[in-house]
Amino acid sequence: MTLLQTTNLSAFYGDFQALFDVNVNITEGETVAIIGANGAGKTTFLRAVAGALDTLPDSVVFDGRPIGNRTAHEIVRLGIAMVPEGRRLFPSLSVEENLQLGTHSERRGPWTLKRVYELFPRLYDLRRLPATSLSGGQQQMAAVGRGLMSNPRLLLCDELSLGLAPVVIRDIYDCLGRITAEGTTVVLVEQDINRALDASGRFYCFQEGRLALTAPTKGFDRAAIIAAYFGL
Amino acid sequence: MEAERVERGTRASRVVAYSAVPLLAALVSLPWWSDAGTMRLVAEMAYYVALAQLWNLLAGYAGLVSVGQQAYVGLGAYALFYLTGAQNMHVYSALLIAGLFSGLIAIPVSFAVFRLRGAYFAVGTWVVSEIFALSASLINVLGGGSGLSLTPDIMREIAIDRSDRDLILYLLSLAISVGVFAVVYLLLRSRQGLALTAIRDSEAASASLGVNTFRTKFIIYLVTAACTGLVGGLIFLQKLRLSPEAGFSVNDWTVVVIFMVVIGGIGTLEGPLIGMLVYILLRELLADYGTIYLILMGALAIAIMLKAPSGIWGWVTQRYDVQLFPVGRRLALAPAEKPQ
Amino acid sequence: MEWLNILVQGSLLGGIYALFAIGLSMSFGIMRLVNIAHGDLIVLSAYVALVVTDSTGLDPFSSLIVVVPIMFALGYVIQRGLLNLTLSGGLLPPLLVTFGISVIIQNALLAIFGAYTQRLKGGAIETASVHIPGGISVGVYPLLVFAVAVLSIGTLQILFYRTRLGRAFRAVSDDADTAELMGIDNRNLYALALGIAMIFTAIAGVLFAIRTIFDPAAGPIRLILAFEAVIIGGLGSIWGTLVGGMVLGIAQAVGSKLDPTWQILAGHVAFLFILIVRPNGLFPRTRD
Repeated sequence: MTLLQTTNLSAFYGDFQALFDVNVNITEGETVAIIGANGAGKTTFLRAVAGALDTLPDSVVFDGRPIGNRTAHEIVRLGIAMVPEGRRLFPSLSVEENLQLGTHSERRGPWTLKRVYELFPRLYDLRRLPATSLSGGQQQMAAVGRGLMSNPRLLLCDELSLGLAPVVIRDIYDCLGRITAEGTTVVLVEQDINRALDASGRFYCFQEGRLALTAPTKGFDRAAIIAAYFGL
Repeated sequence: MEAERVERGTRASRVVAYSAVPLLAALVSLPWWSDAGTMRLVAEMAYYVALAQLWNLLAGYAGLVSVGQQAYVGLGAYALFYLTGAQNMHVYSALLIAGLFSGLIAIPVSFAVFRLRGAYFAVGTWVVSEIFALSASLINVLGGGSGLSLTPDIMREIAIDRSDRDLILYLLSLAISVGVFAVVYLLLRSRQGLALTAIRDSEAASASLGVNTFRTKFIIYLVTAACTGLVGGLIFLQKLRLSPEAGFSVNDWTVVVIFMVVIGGIGTLEGPLIGMLVYILLRELLADYGTIYLILMGALAIAIMLKAPSGIWGWVTQRYDVQLFPVGRRLALAPAEKPQ
Repeated sequence: MEWLNILVQGSLLGGIYALFAIGLSMSFGIMRLVNIAHGDLIVLSAYVALVVTDSTGLDPFSSLIVVVPIMFALGYVIQRGLLNLTLSGGLLPPLLVTFGISVIIQNALLAIFGAYTQRLKGGAIETASVHIPGGISVGVYPLLVFAVAVLSIGTLQILFYRTRLGRAFRAVSDDADTAELMGIDNRNLYALALGIAMIFTAIAGVLFAIRTIFDPAAGPIRLILAFEAVIIGGLGSIWGTLVGGMVLGIAQAVGSKLDPTWQILAGHVAFLFILIVRPNGLFPRTRD
């Protein structure tokens, strides 16, 4: 069943239009990739869904409910969680406190502190340290964990691989499988096309604020993707 | 083919320029067709508009929101009273020096307060004013807690006759007010003014373009302090009595001034004028009800900040694209290049 | 021994300044808002206590049972209804709106209570004193106020570092946007923050009004004292506020020793000095 549907979604930063009539459909349980160059509107799209940007109420429908004009914190309580670009952990809080912050969603579910530590065992050893003193990869794990702690139905991951070494990226994407196994729907925004396409069943390609291409990832012609990516 | 020109005037501004002459004539001739009470009121309006223009220059253009300009009002007043009293200087020279002295004192003050930013700067300037007020109340030669008075001898330097004195002081108020307005206006039309507008819009961007933001703000702070000191001297020249409380009063010289600028339209030249008119109107209308007009002004200022942050004049310009005192620059396209 | 006496008296004086400063410090730490009406809210608390004590016969300390909830509610409403609307507009709106609130409070108090000076009656405790080692006599009341200050700051420390709410406060203070994305209702949180700040403001108001005469115009100087304590201590440090208050108190005590009329001025001068020499205060925490 359709979990998230955007219809003619447009978004603005002041007078500047960043998204133009984007139509996206996501089924529960899927893993969907959103790819595109810098400035294509991928993060803007996630922020619009997560409620950080105001849009028309019906532009974004989640589980049958229009959420376009709801506030971000209300949307978290409905079951959408964001792992922001650049991690955005809270420097004044320890790793564990950052994770615990996820519980402000007031949602029940499989993810508890214990389960998150099982998923990312390294975090348990580091739990009392200030979150921003961790390495990039560890911070990314903490950020994902923080998102999971709100027990979302839909997890939005913005540039998981940003600034990380390939071996670290691989570790994080390995954990992704365990997350989707719980039934969580995942949207991956990535500049690293291969990672994203390998991890997902379908993809959307954005180009200058518009949807350029969408298709199942399996067996799709890479050349066509590149053409859409660069607007050729 | 005509090249593009940079234009300064607007149609409305030309209207104002033409109507300014009869208006000024009416104001200057006021003593001959009106009474002493009205003269005093108009003189008060004149010096309030001057203070408002100066605060607006500082806060609305240079981004330095000071809640301590009363420091210079009091400083100018005390300088005037001290120089004419203990130093036997002539009134007019003392008035001028009072202004210069205020500007001079602003230099060390800026060393302290420029270390603070934003709202901290605001409270910091207030602390400085409190220091001045407390110091004045402790210095005996300045009259201590009870203050100083201007003797009849000093007043006779202006004119022997009482009504001649009132006339001269009235015209002096007008002259200084127009002078302050001219200073502010010319400053904003100059390259410094362009720098100010850039700084106001984005300090980081203008700094990266080579605008020396510190020096620009410093100069504005000094000029404003000097002019405020001059106006302060003028104010108490007419009040005849000065005490630390009166000279450094936050309520009289800052609260009211800020309300005028905010309600009229901060960051515009027309705003302080409009705000002053609103204030005087409210005060005269509600005079019988005590301080309720201040409560009203406070509520009005809050409402304007929340609903129409550009004030009354800002609202007007947004609707009608009017500028009475042009400080902007527009590109006038040659006829062949105008888009069809 | 003279100097030890000054040190002790000044430090104890710092207690009330630290209490003044707590509310201001919280507002800035969490909402990034300098509340110009802060001093007037302290004075308002004193007037509310006056009304309560006059109408019920309660002593000022007991009146806190009524005053604190009233001021908490007022703080919540002011933040939620007015100040939250100013947070995205830059520097001017919060400054000018709190300035407007300040003027309204002062003039409303003037209209209702008149310009007469008032005092809350604290009873025998006002003049009681004890002797401590070193041959110094300290008033019981300043000791009490100092103890309340330490207790208050300690309570805040526990609130911020050991509770769920405190965690939310710290998160919002770090990064309000991301906090909202984690499910925190910022608007409610800011309002709670001012409400809690007002609890301490109310306590400060009542305690100060027992020892000092006050009138509707007494607000601004309280704001300045609170401000000086916060800046001296260093922005962002809770215990720094206590130290800031103590330094201010000691500076005032030194000035007062030289000449009683120099007390407040000495505090201002010390503030300016520290501002020039250590602009970030004595215990600064990064971030702004």
